[in-house]
Amino acid sequence: MTSERQQDNDTAAAPVLTVRGLRTQVATPRGPKIVVDGLDLDLHPGEVLCIAGESGSGKSMTSLSIMGLLPQPMARVVGGSVTLDGRELVGLGERQMRALRGAEISMIFQEPMTSLNPVLTIGRQITEAIEAHRPLGRAEARTRAIQALEAVRIPEAARRLTQYPHELSGGMRQRVMIAMAMACGPKVLIADEPTTALDVTIQAQILELMRDLRRDSNTAIILITHDMGVVAEMADRVIVMNQGRVVESGPVLDIFERPQAAYTRDLLAAVPRLGANAGRDGPARGQPGRPAEAAPAAPPAEPAPVVRVRDLTVRFDITGGLLQRVVNRVHAVEGVSFDLTPGETLAIVGESGCGKSTTGKALMNLIPWQGEIVIDGTATHGLSRRAMRPVRRHIQMVFQDPYASLDPRMTVGELVAEPLVIHGLASGRELDDRVAELFRRVRLEPEQRHRYPHEFSGGQRQRVCIARALGLSPRVIVADESVSALDVSVQAQVLDLMQELQDELGLSYLFISHDMAVVEQISHRVAVMYMGRIVEIGRRRDVFDTPRHAYTQKLLQAVPLPDPRNRRDHFRKLDGEIPSPVRPLDYAPPPQYFMDVGPGHRVAADPLGAAP
Amino acid sequence: MAAYIARRLLQAVLILIGVSFVTFVLLYLVPADPARQIAGRSATAETVANIRAQLGLDQPFYVQYGRYFMNMIQGDLGRSYLQKTEVAALIAARLPATLQLMAGALFFELLLGLTTGILAALKRGTAIDNALMVGSFIGVSAPQFVVGILLLYVFAVQLGWFPIGGYGTLAHLVLPAITLGILGAGWYSRMMRSSMLDVLRQDYIRTARAKGLDRARVVVRHALPNAILPVIAMIGIDIGLFMSGIVVVESVFGWPGIGQLAWQAIQRVDIPIIMGVTLVSAVAIVLGNLLADLIAPFIDPRIKLR
Repeated sequence: MTSERQQDNDTAAAPVLTVRGLRTQVATPRGPKIVVDGLDLDLHPGEVLCIAGESGSGKSMTSLSIMGLLPQPMARVVGGSVTLDGRELVGLGERQMRALRGAEISMIFQEPMTSLNPVLTIGRQITEAIEAHRPLGRAEARTRAIQALEAVRIPEAARRLTQYPHELSGGMRQRVMIAMAMACGPKVLIADEPTTALDVTIQAQILELMRDLRRDSNTAIILITHDMGVVAEMADRVIVMNQGRVVESGPVLDIFERPQAAYTRDLLAAVPRLGANAGRDGPARGQPGRPAEAAPAAPPAEPAPVVRVRDLTVRFDITGGLLQRVVNRVHAVEGVSFDLTPGETLAIVGESGCGKSTTGKALMNLIPWQGEIVIDGTATHGLSRRAMRPVRRHIQMVFQDPYASLDPRMTVGELVAEPLVIHGLASGRELDDRVAELFRRVRLEPEQRHRYPHEFSGGQRQRVCIARALGLSPRVIVADESVSALDVSVQAQVLDLMQELQDELGLSYLFISHDMAVVEQISHRVAVMYMGRIVEIGRRRDVFDTPRHAYTQKLLQAVPLPDPRNRRDHFRKLDGEIPSPVRPLDYAPPPQYFMDVGPGHRVAADPLGAAP
Repeated sequence: MAAYIARRLLQAVLILIGVSFVTFVLLYLVPADPARQIAGRSATAETVANIRAQLGLDQPFYVQYGRYFMNMIQGDLGRSYLQKTEVAALIAARLPATLQLMAGALFFELLLGLTTGILAALKRGTAIDNALMVGSFIGVSAPQFVVGILLLYVFAVQLGWFPIGGYGTLAHLVLPAITLGILGAGWYSRMMRSSMLDVLRQDYIRTARAKGLDRARVVVRHALPNAILPVIAMIGIDIGLFMSGIVVVESVFGWPGIGQLAWQAIQRVDIPIIMGVTLVSAVAIVLGNLLADLIAPFIDPRIKLR
């Protein structure tokens, strides 16, 4: 099917958009820098062209150059040509460009949360896009806006017009963005990482929607993404970019099955593949593709757990009214129990709001919680800061954003030394040696420790964070989306490092993530959370190969696979929103019962009745 | 909404009680003797003692404050030591002039501050931007009595465009309002500029441009309402700045408002008037902030009053 379409496109209609030798320059403190260097592309009607690449590859700059939306005055197109339907866009005046934007060529962005104006209603924002290009009256524009919302399958379209962006979920907002972009029937839609900020089940809905729109309207789509799974799922043709240059371009099957450039091969090799580890026990070691060393199986028969969690419950109050009384309650975590054994990686997976990060914070005693948590023999409930301090030596945390979790005013050496100083474990010469050793441990040059965080790349910063966590020789590390912000190649290296450290030091990881493919690669056991509860827990192999809970199945089904031959014609049963865990005060969570379906594999017998 | 206002007003009452107490303590600690002020320099010690007893100034602190407090909550702010008039009546007579001055100053500073701030943001990095920011810096740093006298000299004495002093017509209002507002105009200009620059960087501005909207619409419809939010919160605080400014400005221009009243009372240690003006100022600040908080949700639907 795919190849037929491709042939049609290659031979049929003339390209709607042609780019030749596009060069874009950005002014930096160190002088001008070319961020897009000699880009060529042809886009045919009804085609999906994916531009794939890692951060800094110039893929977003390409789209902004085509749209004439480069940030002024820092960036500008310095060469090449962009023709839309035979009309040259480079050098076109702002007024003429404006007439094309939104009408002939539109764009949607990565962050649906921030891409809509918070102080204007949805209706206003869509109708003004229509009115800017079509001589329509208010009422007509409104009718068109409702049609546009219905086209992106937003329920109760008429009512949405009076709502504000914050009243809609992320997925709904991205639908609104698409409705807005498609309202005037553009020939070209540029989608810049449109699903990156969304949960995987919502991502599947949006991707399917984009496919349908392409089919129904014959709009040509440029889809910019870092996610090779999305590329495989969506693309007719692919352009791989690196450092501003096109590395390789061609039909999607060629790119995935016969990549020519070394960079493309490396990129594909670094992508964690869901199912790559099927039929095997324990985590995969090393990068996929490399001969897997005999993976040490999960530690033998039930040693005493290093972390024991029983009936963990975290609720947040929502106050209101004259006396700020509690009016509602967020049931963030509800009766969660698990063990973490030494040397084991337990992954907690789930979508946003499922309570996985809250669970991690409760383990660190960073928020108030109920239930029982025992860390290395110490029950931590109600411990004072002072009493908690020795416990913290055994459990450390690595966060998602290595940029935000390092104080920019301290050198990385000071940052790594800080926990040692706070706990009074080392000083002077000894401290310096310990820090140097930690740097070597995480594969950083000890000489680099006098530099500041901004001098490092994202991956290096995450290594610094890991070194900082390792300083106290903890037994457990809570890794909260620790590799989610990193490019796949860097992600693979950091995951390798984490596994090595586990082998050497016998660390246990509580690996919190939304990324099923990464989880499959790194974990011994997996717990799937939904609405504050664990719905399925078991050995990685059991959960991934024979998922028993409807939600686990849905989650696995939604992940786009980096394999264009394995494209799903449409994502089934994935409609619906992620429900809210905000409950009235008198809400009593229904009791949860688990069924044993295999050794250590437990599935919730759904108390909510219907499958999610 | 009603519950929110009720709670805020309740808080306001507590704030006012706190303000009255702190002011009373400070005035009690001031070494000046009101009785001596009333009696005059030549009066005998006996006369002074009599006056002191008459006013209750010989009582211990807590008795004095207790009496003031009981009267205050019944709406009685006492009588002036010197003029023997009700403080409430004195303030009521002068409040309209002050409110007029404040309204004029607010109008001026918002008009000047917001327009220059927006202009500077849109022309960022250009000569216009630099010139406006130098201007705002001067506005922020120039002392009000200097500005006032300078304006008086140039526009009233030399050019004769405006009356030299007094109160009544719109022409009388112009120079005092500019003098009082110039400080705020500088602040608003800088605030509006940085707020606007911040908003212009936001994703939704890019979205608006991607829709093909023209520049005016992007600025007025999409950027402005978002950029003005922090400025509105500032207006509440501004009322407080005005209160210190009016003492100077009203004296320079002979404006018959409560600033002048306060200035005279301070010189003569007329405690009931000082207390009264302080409380009125506190009320103005509290109400100003409440007003700013009530306006904000009309601009930003995400703000919920609770």
